[in-house]
Amino acid sequence: MTTQVQITDEILVEEPLLSARQVTMQFGGLTAVNKVDLDIHPGEIVGLIGPNGAGKTTFFNCLTGMYQPTAGQVLFAGAVLPPQPRKVAVAGVARTFQNIRLFHNMTALENVMVGRYARTKTNAIEAILRLPRHRREEAETREVAQQWLDFVGLGDAAESLSRNMPYGDQRRLEIARALALEPKLLLLDEPTAGMNPQETREAEELITRIRGLGMAVLVIEHDMRFIFSLCDRVACLVRGEVLIDDVPEVVQNDPRVIEAYIGSPVDMPGEQEEAPRPDVSTLAPSKPVLEFPPNAINPIIGHRTKPGGRKDA
Amino acid sequence: MSTLHEFLSRWAGPARWVGLGGAVLVMVAAFLPWAYLPAALDNVTYYGEPSILQWLGFALGFVTAACLVASPILAAKASPRTRRLLNLNRGATAAATASLVYQAIAAIAVALELGGLITLEPGAWLGVVGAAVAALATRALHAGSDARLRYLPTPAWAQILGIVVVLALVLVAAAYGLGLEDPGAFVAFGTFCGLAAWVLARVGIMGWISAAAAANRSALVLASFVVAFVFPFTQNGSDANMSIAAGVLIFAATAMGLNIVVGLAGLLDLGYIAFLGAGAFTAATLSESAFATLGWHPPFPIVMLIAGCVSALLGLLIGSPTLRVSGDYLAIVTLAFGEIFRITMNNLDGSDGPNITRGSNGIPAIPNLDVFGFNFGESHVIAGFDIGRFANYYWLLLLVLALIIVVFVNLNKSRIGRGWVAIREDERAAEAMGVNVFGLKLLAFAGGAFLAGVAGSVKAHVDVSVTPDQYVFMESAFLVAGIVLGGMGTVGGVLVGAAILKLLPEKLRFFEDYRLLLFGLLLIVMMRFRPEGLLPDQRRQLEFHAEDDELAEEADAQALPDLATAGAALSATKEDRA
Repeated sequence: MTTQVQITDEILVEEPLLSARQVTMQFGGLTAVNKVDLDIHPGEIVGLIGPNGAGKTTFFNCLTGMYQPTAGQVLFAGAVLPPQPRKVAVAGVARTFQNIRLFHNMTALENVMVGRYARTKTNAIEAILRLPRHRREEAETREVAQQWLDFVGLGDAAESLSRNMPYGDQRRLEIARALALEPKLLLLDEPTAGMNPQETREAEELITRIRGLGMAVLVIEHDMRFIFSLCDRVACLVRGEVLIDDVPEVVQNDPRVIEAYIGSPVDMPGEQEEAPRPDVSTLAPSKPVLEFPPNAINPIIGHRTKPGGRKDA
Repeated sequence: MSTLHEFLSRWAGPARWVGLGGAVLVMVAAFLPWAYLPAALDNVTYYGEPSILQWLGFALGFVTAACLVASPILAAKASPRTRRLLNLNRGATAAATASLVYQAIAAIAVALELGGLITLEPGAWLGVVGAAVAALATRALHAGSDARLRYLPTPAWAQILGIVVVLALVLVAAAYGLGLEDPGAFVAFGTFCGLAAWVLARVGIMGWISAAAAANRSALVLASFVVAFVFPFTQNGSDANMSIAAGVLIFAATAMGLNIVVGLAGLLDLGYIAFLGAGAFTAATLSESAFATLGWHPPFPIVMLIAGCVSALLGLLIGSPTLRVSGDYLAIVTLAFGEIFRITMNNLDGSDGPNITRGSNGIPAIPNLDVFGFNFGESHVIAGFDIGRFANYYWLLLLVLALIIVVFVNLNKSRIGRGWVAIREDERAAEAMGVNVFGLKLLAFAGGAFLAGVAGSVKAHVDVSVTPDQYVFMESAFLVAGIVLGGMGTVGGVLVGAAILKLLPEKLRFFEDYRLLLFGLLLIVMMRFRPEGLLPDQRRQLEFHAEDDELAEEADAQALPDLATAGAALSATKEDRA
């Protein structure tokens, strides 16, 4: 199989870290993901956008081994990724979940320590007898986990139960847990969903710092301002196919992308009456139209955050 | 209920005096005879000479009175900080209610044992009436907020002293309770122990003890082990009681292994007794019994290992196909496996299969252990105390239990334990974080089975004979019930749960037909009032009572500034003015 690298010239020289080739996922007669090619290079932040139902999360699940693609393959650092979430994680691809999946009755520190599982080797016998390796690794795990908590800014919340943490902190804890795997590639599934503008800015800053560690990041997100200001490259997925894969400036001005999100200006006359059709320029990064209005009740926040609000730690 | 409380709270002042009157009646009742004949409750027929059970009734009345008297004094004299350490009003309510329950159970026991209410003497009536008056009157008292004694800074020696005193009381109570032959007396005493713990919790003393226990874990472990070790010396060579104690330890050791599977990894295993059975049968066939079918008799430490390995192998065998299903399905599959084991053991009798277990006859006449020249069947005299056969086994089982606890605790505190808890919390997330879900589940299953097998190998020698019908589904259900009752995933909880579930049926023989009914009721009551178990780990307690805690913290946050500013005046008006 030949590589089909169709990206901008300046990063063509590097070998891609992750390379999805003609990935196709069918559920019965439904093709959720159709012949998707996507390359991610070391140290790159790639955004994956697309309207609801475009197949973003399905594609994500193909990358993380939750699904085995019907056709095509996913190469990671030159080798085919096995279709098992655990092996994908061990190989160096960590992920977060769209709806937060923390270990709710463990403390923040313990959550991150679980992330170190695949990077430690103590077996049951060593643990029972408290042999040197167990003690060394246990101390190391605790220290490293605390460092990652500090990295995402939750250093003081190490001993709080994750279920009692504010929503934004839970998102960051999930990222810390994924980082504890020390992955080469971090996959974030809607990391700012349900966050307020302040938290979104903090998340953006956090992801930039993660890139600073040399990790590549793939982000699914609906917040266009977030995506276009953060990513080096944005791929737009529509009806299971990659519509465009280019630098943000090109993607956000592409008429096909705008059409995919808000419909074509010509061929939908009757149905557009109630909602006035936005100007093309509204998709520019300065004027986001696709994130939640600041005061609207977000259904996700409504369920997730405690009425008491943030804690002071 | 709340309207009754509102109505009563208007009478908070007089209620204190009425309650005090009731408490005095309860105390006086202890000096009057409760029964017409000496047969009931270890003889409660004397005037002015209370038996131990009557003294216990007196104690509850005394605590009620003391709380009632001390509460207004504390409110008036002590600083706001000191005042909040204990909650004496709540203690008074609890003690009076406990008094009523205790007096009523004692009266019912007498009436049942001697045949009718006519056999009750005035003391019993007076106690019930006095306690009822006190219980009703104390409900009118202002309840107040949670006691804060647990936050009192205490020097380590005082905390350790507290632990030692509590454990010594437990030892005395266990020795006395086991010695009670009369079922009514045993029920009354058991109820008293539960009620006393509840009253202490309401006053706030239990909070201090648990804080002390948490701060001095190694002292607690050492002291509990010493208490458990000393226990046989309190029994004067009574083999009957020591056999019950040995049974409790076997149950506890098995439940501790199951606790890994259920409590940590969250896999509901309803066929766990099969692994105990596999260990017992292995030890029996390798023993020097004349009926042992294999001609090989290795020394016991090796038998223990083999028994554990056979059980673990069985665990792997049953686990590798079934651990792909989870939740309810796993429970069903393991339940079926438990039955398959029992039926298979019944059929390995030489006519339906190879003769290994001698079918439903099982393997009887298993000789006593003889390890390194020490014969477990012989009585010994140590420091003037008779140590019988069961006491010997008790100590061996104590050692086995201690080893199993070490395994449990060390695994729990390792990456493996964290992996198990992660699987329990969210299997898919654990897998995505690189946790080897299937391997860890299999390890939990096989490891738990190994520990059960080791316990089973000792059980074979304690019980003398091993038959398939000892390993029925009901036993598995009791093991799970013991874990749920005590508190999932904890050591102390499982020990308490095992002691209760094993002790009750042994002492309440007369209740045998209703045993399951009683346990069912017990579990329903537990699920309603304390779903996290008697001695839960703190995580689980938060899980079930997080809202209560938040409410309490909010109440505290609001109450503290009040106290700081207009504290004394404000709380004095809120406090009943007795």
